[in-house]
Order: sequence, then structure tokens, then C-alpha cells
Amino acid sequence: MFSSRMFNILVPIISVLLGLISGAIIMLIFGYNPIAGFAALWNGAFGDAYFFGETIRQVTPYILSGLAVAFALRSGLLNIGVEGQVFMGWLASVWVGISFELPMIIHLPFAILAAAVAGAFWGFIPGLLKAKLGVHEVIVTIMMNYIALYLSNSIVRNLLSDGADRTENVAETASLQSSWLAEMTFYSRIHYGFIIAIFMALIMWFIINRTTTGFELRAVGFNQHASRYAGMSVGKNIILAMVISGGFAGLAGAMEGLGTFGFMSIKSGFTNIGFDGIAVALLGANTAIGVILAAFLFGVLKIGALNMPTVAGVPTELVEIIIALIIFFVASSYMIRWVILRFKKEGK
Amino acid sequence: MEIIELISRILGASVVFATPLIFTALGGVFSERSGVINIGLEGLMIMGAFVAIVSNLAFHSVFGAATPVVSLIVAMIVSAIFALFHAVASITFRADQVVSGVAINFLALGIGLFLTKQWYDKGQTDFIESPIYSSNVPLLNKIPIIGDIFFTGWYWTSYLAIALAFFVWFVIYKTPFGLRLRSVGEHPMAADTNGINVYKMRYIGVMLSGAFGGLGGAVYALTVTHNFSHGTIVGQGFIALAAVIFGKWHPLGALGAAIFFGFAQSLSIVSSDIAFLENVPSVFMLIAPYVLTILALAGFIGRAEAPKSLGEAYAKGSR
Repeated sequence: MFSSRMFNILVPIISVLLGLISGAIIMLIFGYNPIAGFAALWNGAFGDAYFFGETIRQVTPYILSGLAVAFALRSGLLNIGVEGQVFMGWLASVWVGISFELPMIIHLPFAILAAAVAGAFWGFIPGLLKAKLGVHEVIVTIMMNYIALYLSNSIVRNLLSDGADRTENVAETASLQSSWLAEMTFYSRIHYGFIIAIFMALIMWFIINRTTTGFELRAVGFNQHASRYAGMSVGKNIILAMVISGGFAGLAGAMEGLGTFGFMSIKSGFTNIGFDGIAVALLGANTAIGVILAAFLFGVLKIGALNMPTVAGVPTELVEIIIALIIFFVASSYMIRWVILRFKKEGK
Repeated sequence: MEIIELISRILGASVVFATPLIFTALGGVFSERSGVINIGLEGLMIMGAFVAIVSNLAFHSVFGAATPVVSLIVAMIVSAIFALFHAVASITFRADQVVSGVAINFLALGIGLFLTKQWYDKGQTDFIESPIYSSNVPLLNKIPIIGDIFFTGWYWTSYLAIALAFFVWFVIYKTPFGLRLRSVGEHPMAADTNGINVYKMRYIGVMLSGAFGGLGGAVYALTVTHNFSHGTIVGQGFIALAAVIFGKWHPLGALGAAIFFGFAQSLSIVSSDIAFLENVPSVFMLIAPYVLTILALAGFIGRAEAPKSLGEAYAKGSR
């Protein structure tokens, strides 16, 4: 028999394959050459050092936003508010980055920590409302996203600049950018953040799998009533899960604020880092290692897609369709399991 | 008379924003009452807006003045079919309904923008030539005060939305169909025992939400934006979802909530006309609808009672 662990690995792989096949079929329908299209995508992600640097740059916030969603899901909470928490983290990191003059060894950790705290605070509010008043976290976090968007726009315009559309660049001492990494990759925007992202994945794995707190968080996710009966405080764990999740999301914001851009600008809409994080977490089966792999896949798809219109004439948006379909297939894992078991039976 | 002009200005702006929310929220009520969470309302609105614009552009020369109605109908049909993705995944394949809804949102935007690039060779479509225009209701607009406030300069779709809310209330609470729809959302097993086809009812609920969500997006596109791009529908679907919950899964509650959200959104636009709101920074007006929603959920409306089996896939024969 297939074990459940086997399924956990097989389902995402099959989903990705089905998603890519669907993408190929769509390309065929619209008269493109799927091989040329995917080749362009591949080259757009790995073609040379510049593209590879950009891919890693894109993967970095995805890992963190994926961890944020995954961590909350482990406790049975759907944190749709990662997007807003990313904004708050981004804002806080840039705020610290431009307003202080400190040696790097203090300034950089301070800016990163500020981002985590801001994101955690933005996650704390829905957590508190859920724990104390039973308000559904999905609705609150959706609302918090918009509040974060408009609030950060207003702060950038009125407090962090004199009515300009963006802040000044963060101080050198708070920047994650690295000239040697940039030079090595033909001046892509790759930065040191990916080390933080990988480290945070380790932290998540450690908290979830190796601490009592993590055990309680997972227990609450499995069965709130049983957890309460066993003497755990469900409310406390819900708040804690949202705070840690928000912290990861805030760090994703810091990656953009201190790494990729080095400033914050007025946004007309969401960055989608948070929403893509949902896809990353789902494909990664809410595990730390899975999130890293899934973030890598989505980073490759997103950056590689930019190369598709010029080389193969395929619109970039094809990748959005592929990602959506992958989520569908992962979500419909019941179907995939059913098909696998069916083939298994017939094979006997 | 100045006050009446002010009221009619505010109400007029509120209703313009509220109308698409009403349609979409009614769709949400159908889906959630049948027990299927619909985070995908946003995507259904995107699909509706896209299809309405495309069909408006394509059929303009054929149908002339009837084009807006035709595009609304086409948008409803296509969105209802598109909602099948959500239905198949979450009902038949027992996918997590929230996840499937998220996928719907991604997919709609992806398809819309992909086809826009494909057909128009740029990031947004052309502007349509036959949008829905605002108009006065003949005779009724001659009534003093009431005529000025309610029958002058509205879109006909707004009256349709309000009428539909009452119609949906009637369907859900006063017809056998509505009773069945609610029963599969509350206790599918009991419904099944009584000979109601749970899967069929849920499919109908989700497809109706597709039709209504599509209508909402289409109305927004034809009355407000007049073209389709990535920025046409940005969050209205989520607001409509909030209206469903704010309105406690009741069609008339959703209607009230949608009008309230429309009012809150219009505040940031009309506040420059109102003396005491003039000095409030615009950011407070922008975040007001969202803050109010959170406060309302946390405070005075208390725990809203969701349909009991909302979010649970029904597997025949399970206990």
C-alpha cells in the first residue's frame, strides 16, 4: 500500500506535472509551441547568472510568506492577511532603515526585527479577535490587508517623505544588498535575504517539530476540543500561531524593503507576495522543506515567465493560470489519491 | 434644499459602489447557504467583468442599444460555468473550499489577462462603446424630495440589485427550493436522508454564486471602469464576501451590508463636499469600511451564526 507520507510527496509532484501539462495544452490551443515556451521559461530562470540571481531574489520573500501561511495552517488557521503583514513589515524595516544612524551590526538586525514585530502585531489583532470573540480570521485578515495597504501608503507619503511617492533609500548599514553578489550575477537584485529565509525555515521546522509549543500548536490545529480537554489553552495557541505567522510575513516584507528595493513606495494594489504564499504553503504541504521547494518552483515560474513574451511570444499571464491550476490539483488531492489507488488495484 | 442635494449626492455615490457588491453578495449567500465557502467571489467578479467587456466590444455592432443587457447575460452564463471549477473541486473532489476559492481567484485573473493580451495585444482592453448610463426614472423623479433622492441619476442596475435581494430572500426563505438549499448547508446528512440530493443542491448553489458574482463584476465594469485590466476588480469580491458575513448570511442583511460598504467607500470620494469631513485625512476615509467591518464583527453584531456545515465536504455514507 501507499503510505500517507508517500502520498504527501506524490500529490504535489503530480499536481505540478498536471499544471505544466495544462499549460502546454493551453499554449497548443493558442498556436504557440509549448517546447519553445517552456524553454524560454527555463532560460528566463536559469539562462545566465543574472536570471538566476533574479530567481533567487524572487524565491526569498516567497519562502517567508509561504512559511507564514504554513505556520498558521498548522494550527488550523488560514492567514489570508500575510499580504497586509508583508506591507507592515516592509514599512517598519524601511522606517528603521532610514531614520537611524547606527553601526551595521545593530542597525540591520534592528530593522529586520522591527519588520518581524510589525508583521507579528498585524497578525496579533486577528488572532486576538479569533481567540477572544470567535471572529473568523479569514474576514478580519482580509480587512487588515486593505487597512495595511492604505495606511502604509499614507505613512510613506506623509511621514516618511514630503508628499513623495517613495521613501529615500535605507542606510547602507541597514541594507541587505551586497555588491559582490550583485556583481557575480551581472547586477541582478539578489541580496543576503535568502540566508535569512532558509534560516527561518529551519526555525519553523524546529518550533513545529521539536518544541512543546509546536506540539500544542499542531494539536490545536488537529482538534481544538481534544486540546482543550488535554489542558491546553486554545486561545493562547491561536494568538501565538498568528503572531509567529505574522512575524514570518513581516520578514518577507523586510526582504523587499531592505533587500530587493531598499525603499518603500506608494502601492496602487497588493504585491501578491502574501497571496502567492498561500499557493507556496499548499504545494509545500505546510512543511518547512516543502515550502522552500515550492517557493523555488514558483519563483522560477514567475521570473522565467518574464522571458516568455520576448522569446516565445507567450503572454506572461500563462504562468498565473498554471499556478492556479496547480493549486486546484493540490486541493483536489482526493481525486489524485483515488486515481492512484485505482491504478494500483488494477495493477494487481 | 442643500441638504437634500447632499443626501442625494452621497446616496447616489454609495449606490454606484454598492450595486456590484449587492449582486455578488447575493451570490455568496447562495453558495454559503448550501454549505460551500466562496472565497472565489473575487475571481467570479473578475470573470464577469472580463466577459462583459469582451462581449460588449464584440457585440456592439450587432445588438446596438441592447448590448449592455446582452453582455450582462453572457457574463452571467460564462461565470456560472466558470464556477463549476470551484464546484467540482470542492464538492466532488472534496477539496478544501477555501483553497479552491483562492485558486478560482488566481485562475480568473490569469485567464482574463492572458486572453486580454491574446486578443487585444496589450495590458488592457479597449474602452467599450455602449456602457450602462445613469438615467432618471420618468414620472417618479418628479416627486418632490423622494424623486430627487431615489429616482434621479441612478443606474437601472441598482434598482435591479435591490429588487433581486428581495427576490432572493423570497426564494431562500419561502420556497421548497430555498428550504432544501438551507438544509444541505445546515445538516447535509439529514437532508440526504430526506431524499434531497446534497451534491445537486450544492452545485446549484455554487453555480448561482457564479452567475450573481459574474453579474456583479459585469455591472461594475459596465458602469464604473468601462474597460478590463488587472486593476478592474481589486478586492470588491472580498468586500462582497464580508457583506455576506456582515449580513449574517441573509439576503436582506447582505443587501444592507453592501449598501453600508458602498456608503463607506463613497465617503472617501464625497467627503470633500461635506464640511465636517473636509479636514479628516483621506486615509481614515479609505480604511473606514474595513475598520468598521472588523469592529462590527467583533462588537455589536457579535457572533454571526454561519450555516452549520459551511466548509465541510459531504461524503455520502460518512458519519
